[in-house]
Amino acid sequence: MGEIIDKLSLYFSYPFVRYALIVGLMIALCSSLLGVTLVLKRFSFIGDGLSHVAFGAISIASVLPVMIKDIAAGVSTSGEVPQSIKKLADLIADANNNYIVLPITLLAAVLLLRPGKNARIKGDAAVAMISVGSLAVGYMLMNRFPSSSNISGDVCSTLFGSTSILTLKREDVRLCLVMAIAVILIFLLFYHKIFAVTFDENFAKATGVRADGYNLLIAVITALIIVLAMNLVGSLLISALIIFPSLSAMRLFKSFRGVILCSAVISVICAGFGIIASILLSTPVGSTIVIADMTVFFLFCIAGKVTKRA
Amino acid sequence: MKEQIICRDASLGYENMTVASGIDFTVKEGDYLCILGENGSGKSTLIKTILGLKSVESGSIEWCGGLTPDKIGYLPQQTVVQRDFPASVMEIVLSGCLTMGGLRPFYSSGQKQLAQENIERLGIENLSKRCYRELSGGQQQRVLLARALCAASKALLLDEPVTGLDPKAQTDLYELIKDLNKSGITIIMVSHDVNAAVKYASHILHMGHKSQLFFGSCDEYVQSDIGASFIASESLIDSAPEKPKPVSGEGFGAVLAPCVPLAAAAAASAIISGILRSKGRKNKWAR
Ligand SMILES: Nc1ncnc2c1ncn2[C@@H]1O[C@H](COP(=O)(O)OP(=O)(O)O)[C@@H](O)[C@H]1O
Ligand SMILES: [Mg+2]
Repeated sequence: MGEIIDKLSLYFSYPFVRYALIVGLMIALCSSLLGVTLVLKRFSFIGDGLSHVAFGAISIASVLPVMIKDIAAGVSTSGEVPQSIKKLADLIADANNNYIVLPITLLAAVLLLRPGKNARIKGDAAVAMISVGSLAVGYMLMNRFPSSSNISGDVCSTLFGSTSILTLKREDVRLCLVMAIAVILIFLLFYHKIFAVTFDENFAKATGVRADGYNLLIAVITALIIVLAMNLVGSLLISALIIFPSLSAMRLFKSFRGVILCSAVISVICAGFGIIASILLSTPVGSTIVIADMTVFFLFCIAGKVTKRA
Repeated sequence: MKEQIICRDASLGYENMTVASGIDFTVKEGDYLCILGENGSGKSTLIKTILGLKSVESGSIEWCGGLTPDKIGYLPQQTVVQRDFPASVMEIVLSGCLTMGGLRPFYSSGQKQLAQENIERLGIENLSKRCYRELSGGQQQRVLLARALCAASKALLLDEPVTGLDPKAQTDLYELIKDLNKSGITIIMVSHDVNAAVKYASHILHMGHKSQLFFGSCDEYVQSDIGASFIASESLIDSAPEKPKPVSGEGFGAVLAPCVPLAAAAAASAIISGILRSKGRKNKWAR
């Protein structure tokens, strides 16, 4: 026990470990807040699709500098890359990937969740197409224009999250914090409207709530959260972060507010536990958190059955 | 009286299928319009089109006289709520007060009080903390009614509001709506109950197959051919179980004859116990 505490306090004496923990908890909080709405609106599959789009976008962002240089070398007669293009490529390489990933994911979210009922069934297929398509394009790009020698390592960490959350750069941390706070504020400000639109969209529309606007807002925050959560758990595991806490909370709680609060608590605790456990046991952060979420889900299932019988 | 909703030669439909056409009526402030018609004649479609949830195929439906969506209450015929939706009765009723708060992120005490009043009006105080999806159909209907009342400051649109309510609750609801109407709220109600419609409404819109059969005041409707025949056919159905047809042979009558005193006694006791019970219960709905 004492050994564990020693190890932890050693780790937490580094500021970047503390940042990582804070970012992780914020991301978990955001994703659980919106998770309830996404699950209830039957939009969880959209979260999944968007995360694949984000994977494609990340691979574009990471290969773009290499790609620009390659193409420039091919086009120019001397085989030399012009200085200005080299500079542009370096600029892109230095910039935060999120600045490229975020707009692409936002665009995809708005397109997928755009108002229009009759697109519902076709929507399923559209999401599947877009998500598989982005996976394929992303993997192809990463292979064709490798930005480092370790392709499979790159792909793996994009899909399943950084093997250690400690590799987050300071700037990543700052951007994550800003986005997380924005999501939480938006959610608090529009909580009642989001409830109304989720519970009964027709009534909300008929009585003058701008339902389409709020649906768009939900789409935008979803995209934000997915880009955020990519940093923590990677694109394949994001859905778990969004879905599990709200499903767990729905086993036990009967009011919207109760479910939201409970799922926020579950998500934050699981994320904290997962991050610390991953440091101690040297396991991948993303899967540790998701396994913690799954365990809680099964516990809540059992608890739900027991309380129902009582 | 100011006009609030003007519908001119409107056609209603879904995608490429017209459900009803030639719909033409006017609703003035304080009117009580009942929409009658068979299943599938497009009553719910009309309500949705009035509310702007669908667009008209041709013709026009205009709102005027200061009527805006945030002054309207709506009770849908069916609310498809997912089986596992967690929402308490209070949360749902409060959501009816949403639009009067504008962009304010929280409910004011006035909004909470309005919700509480309407919950009491419908006699569901004891349910206010319960989960909506665990209520019976009639209880759910009352919750949605309370929500609609919260939203209705100028007009109330009800699509078959008495479905799922027991007979006593139906009468109470009709009285409640009548009181609301007296206080100046415009009522538009879809109904199957022609007797109640004739008793309470000021105007009747009768929708037939693909077109409008009648629009006018309630008195005109009762005197019109279509109205008279519809009322007659409905009351025949209503009274059929009590009055066995007199013409059906002597043998049948002879078999039935010994049963008549028994049936009468049973009916009388039912009525008496009904009276006793309703006296004992506090009448929550009528105010
Ligand atoms: N969402 C829909 N899509 C296509 N057709 C519909 C839809 N809803 C209703 N209809 C059709 O419109 C007609 C009128 O329906 P409705 O307005 O619900 O009738 P009512 O409320 O008078 O019973 C019906 O024939 C029904 O099949
Ligand atoms: Mg109907």
